[in-house]
Amino acid sequence: MKVVPIFVGALLLFAAPSANAQGVADLKAQCSACHALEKPANPTVDRLWSRKGPDLWYAGDKFNREWLVGWLQKPTTIRPGGVLWFKNAKPGEPRDTLDTAAVPPHPAVDAATAGKLADALMGLKGNGLVAAGAFKAEGANLTMGKMAFGKLRGCAACHQDKPGEGGVSGSQLYDAGQRLQPDYVHAYIKDPQAFDRFVWMPRLTLSDQDLQRITAYVVSNGKKSD
Amino acid sequence: MSQAKITGGIIALVLATSIGHAAAADDSAKLKASAKLYDTYCAQCHGVLRNGKGVNTVGLSVQPRDHSETKGMMSIPLEEMATAIRDGGAAVNKSALMPPWNSVLTDGEITDMVAYLRKVCRCDEQN
Repeated sequence: MKVVPIFVGALLLFAAPSANAQGVADLKAQCSACHALEKPANPTVDRLWSRKGPDLWYAGDKFNREWLVGWLQKPTTIRPGGVLWFKNAKPGEPRDTLDTAAVPPHPAVDAATAGKLADALMGLKGNGLVAAGAFKAEGANLTMGKMAFGKLRGCAACHQDKPGEGGVSGSQLYDAGQRLQPDYVHAYIKDPQAFDRFVWMPRLTLSDQDLQRITAYVVSNGKKSD
Repeated sequence: MSQAKITGGIIALVLATSIGHAAAADDSAKLKASAKLYDTYCAQCHGVLRNGKGVNTVGLSVQPRDHSETKGMMSIPLEEMATAIRDGGAAVNKSALMPPWNSVLTDGEITDMVAYLRKVCRCDEQN
């Protein structure tokens, strides 16, 4: 009799979208108070000062799902000074410092919720902002990439590529290989203002060779084989 | 002096004063806007007190300029300041660690930032 398989198949057809719909609903309910889940209609400098978390409207282009599932259950620090470092900066000698204790911790969720939220996040796409295949893994020169990141192009002025080494106003990149998709890293370095017109990472004039090298180095950080 | 001349003089004085106030208010708004942009983009290296001691200076091979230091700032031509902000340090033979900000700041905002920096360094008070 073929009624049972057809019935099960019909159930699956309906079950799959509804599970995803539940994840999307959870994402909106739990995350939208702090994160932009849709591209802001009117980006401004003031919006950067008032938002409570980084934008997630292109999360599906940005993150690796496996990392999301783990991080949502056990969040770790990505931005040492919070989403806007200035709010937690204090003047001092020999230099200003960040009051990291003042940065609110990200809430943790259970494994089932993390999976649903990660699926919903992976569905958020930047509408062509990230070109698939822009990063060419073959022939990557990590030594040159590290030099460009550290000295030649000054990425390390704002980003840490090892815990405790590098600047702190940008996101840490020592686990970028687990967290970020290479094509996203390439697209973001190439033009940060395409993602947010006012974000405080400037657009450098980089050759494609530099872009490829820096991307290769960034996504090599924190790979589990390291 | 005729009544008409006195009245005209008073009107001219009132007009000049109000225009002066409007210009001062305009300058004040521009300085406030520049200060906010400085906090957003510049202070990460140049410091929340504008003294070159930003949170990112820990590993920099070349330390950022202290914008509160009058003598050093006086020595930089205004156009050079604008070029450094717009096109980066390398464009004025300074450190490439100072990036170009032309993807974020407009030409008008850069002009206003130069005027703000002249306030920060108290450079115009020395004239």
